[in-house]
Amino acid sequence: MSTLSSSTKSRYRTRPVMATLILFGGGVLLLFAIGLSISVGLADIKLSTVWDALFHFQAGQQKHHIIMELRLPRTLAAALVGAALAVAGAIMQGMTRNPMADSGLLGLNAGAGLALAICFALMPGTPFLLMMFYSCLGAGLGAGLVFGIGTLSKGGMSPVRLTLAGAAVGMLFTAISEGLTLFFRVGQDLAFWYAGAISGANWLQVKMVSPWIIVGLVAALFISKSITLLSLGEDVATGLGQRTGLIKVVGLIIVLVLAGSAVSIVGAIGFVGLMIPHISRFLVGVDYRWIIPSSALLGSLLLVFADILARMVNPPQETPIGALIAVIGVPFFLYLALKQKGGMEG
Amino acid sequence: MNRGTIPLQLKQRARRAYIVQLIFAVLIVAVFVLSMNIGAMPLAPKDVIKTLFGFGTEKQELTLFIFRLPRIVISVLIGMGMAVAGCIFQGISRNPLADSGVLGINAGAGLAVTLFISFYPSIANAPVYLMPVLALFGAAGTATLIYLLSYKKNYGLLPIRMILVGIAVASGINAAMIILQLRLKPENFQLLQIWLVGSIWGSSWKHVIALLPWLLILLPYIFMKSRALNVLNLGDQTASGLGISLERSRLGLLAAAVGLTGACVAVGGGISFVGLIAPHLARRLVGPRHEYLLPASALAGGLLIIVGDTLARWVLQPSEIPTGIVVAIVGAPYFLYLLMKSRV
Repeated sequence: MSTLSSSTKSRYRTRPVMATLILFGGGVLLLFAIGLSISVGLADIKLSTVWDALFHFQAGQQKHHIIMELRLPRTLAAALVGAALAVAGAIMQGMTRNPMADSGLLGLNAGAGLALAICFALMPGTPFLLMMFYSCLGAGLGAGLVFGIGTLSKGGMSPVRLTLAGAAVGMLFTAISEGLTLFFRVGQDLAFWYAGAISGANWLQVKMVSPWIIVGLVAALFISKSITLLSLGEDVATGLGQRTGLIKVVGLIIVLVLAGSAVSIVGAIGFVGLMIPHISRFLVGVDYRWIIPSSALLGSLLLVFADILARMVNPPQETPIGALIAVIGVPFFLYLALKQKGGMEG
Repeated sequence: MNRGTIPLQLKQRARRAYIVQLIFAVLIVAVFVLSMNIGAMPLAPKDVIKTLFGFGTEKQELTLFIFRLPRIVISVLIGMGMAVAGCIFQGISRNPLADSGVLGINAGAGLAVTLFISFYPSIANAPVYLMPVLALFGAAGTATLIYLLSYKKNYGLLPIRMILVGIAVASGINAAMIILQLRLKPENFQLLQIWLVGSIWGSSWKHVIALLPWLLILLPYIFMKSRALNVLNLGDQTASGLGISLERSRLGLLAAAVGLTGACVAVGGGISFVGLIAPHLARRLVGPRHEYLLPASALAGGLLIIVGDTLARWVLQPSEIPTGIVVAIVGAPYFLYLLMKSRV
């Protein structure tokens, strides 16, 4: 990438120093945010108590139990999910060269949600690991439909068309899921999904999901260099000796695993995968070797802070985190959409 | 094409349009009768007719006149309103994908109603006649926002941009609504949830009366304007060349469409895709001239919702799924099909 980084065009610049700074600063901030997230809530807990609970756990202390049983799993879930969604978005944007790619916008989240609705409605008592698998399959179904329609369209696969197809597939899947939940009266189990909520995350889920997300994130780092090349265009990547087909398949699997497992814990949270990669690209430049790790970090930060906010806006009730993020995400999406060429040509 | 054939073609087309409209009307009446039989307490067709003419038992009368009839009437009215509104949106924006649900106008109307409900003690006592007005404000606000964001000088309304903006606005409004809903009491929350996915919950004669004046005033106005809509559909330059005062007709028609949407959403909840499918169906059958297209769309929309509502009650007896879900399961694939076909 040295030729690129020395290029004078600022569009193609990478900023390794900035990136390192973000990774370190972001890491420290994330640790602080996690501590804060554990301490903030209905029962106020001092940061020092948080420290004690984590490193000198005493079974007799009620606050230590609150921390270990309720606050910690949920905070970890927020961090993991944020990283997963952001990296899934970054890979999709890089591979498809579609600036509006996001697991929420392209029907992946809705597909995973439909799979969960089917699980709850038709196969109650499905073990969580299997549900996670179905959720990934559902994400694949959503993505397949959206991209299938994009490919079969007369006008070709433009970002705008994909976004529209994603919206329609999302509406369809949501309608089917809603019909299923109303008919089988499993609305309570699935209510979390529509709004995106982290409050239900428990240790079991975190333990089941974290290996997958971590493997996905590491794998994303491994293919990050190839994604940078793909983001320059398929011809360029092939010319530089990339096996683009293989990379795309691997990338797709990573995206499905990340998005599917994220959705299976927290439900539909959109716009994380849209915003964070754009912000990272703005900060660290065009090299996905930097974009992917900083997206992971920034995504975690966004979700952990949003989760804190969700508890503070309207206590004692929790505001769904998906709705909170949409409040920032929608203007961002509008900004990107209005910049699109398809929108300008009409 | 010589001069002689044009009037003949027009005549044929007009005759064809009347036949299509007649068929739709007959179908609506047929489903109407069928729909009266179906429900938690089935009534045989014989009993329905007996009850209609005042010879039924008290229980049958109650079921039919208080529960079933208003709901069926409302479903037809909503279908008509939404379909005509969709037809106008498609005509004005020259955008085959436009629909009040896709554009987020339903969501805007819903937001206004949610806001009102969240400050009002209970939905059940909420003043029914005020709801369409409130919904109208919400719908108008959203429509203005979308118009401003997707209007570009020298280009007019940019079709695809309009849909993108609509989708974004709708998801923003939905997020705001979720946050608002938390303020609600649980029983209100449940009602609102069902209303939002498009259940014809307001099924009493009061609601019919709240909805009817809107249709009675706006539909004739729109039908009168159908020639202007024909011209607008040709594009801004052609339209102004043909001497139409562009902005005035467009604004008048848009306002009428928004009014229809608001009134329908206030009573029927967020039913999407009717305004998308019905005009397309009608256009296939009667062609693009709005004199024929608008009434045919209205009838097609009425038919669509009454069928959806009947299915919603019949398929999953005794529980019900909201009509909006049935319509969306049919409508979303159709939207995708149109998207694949269009060159936008």
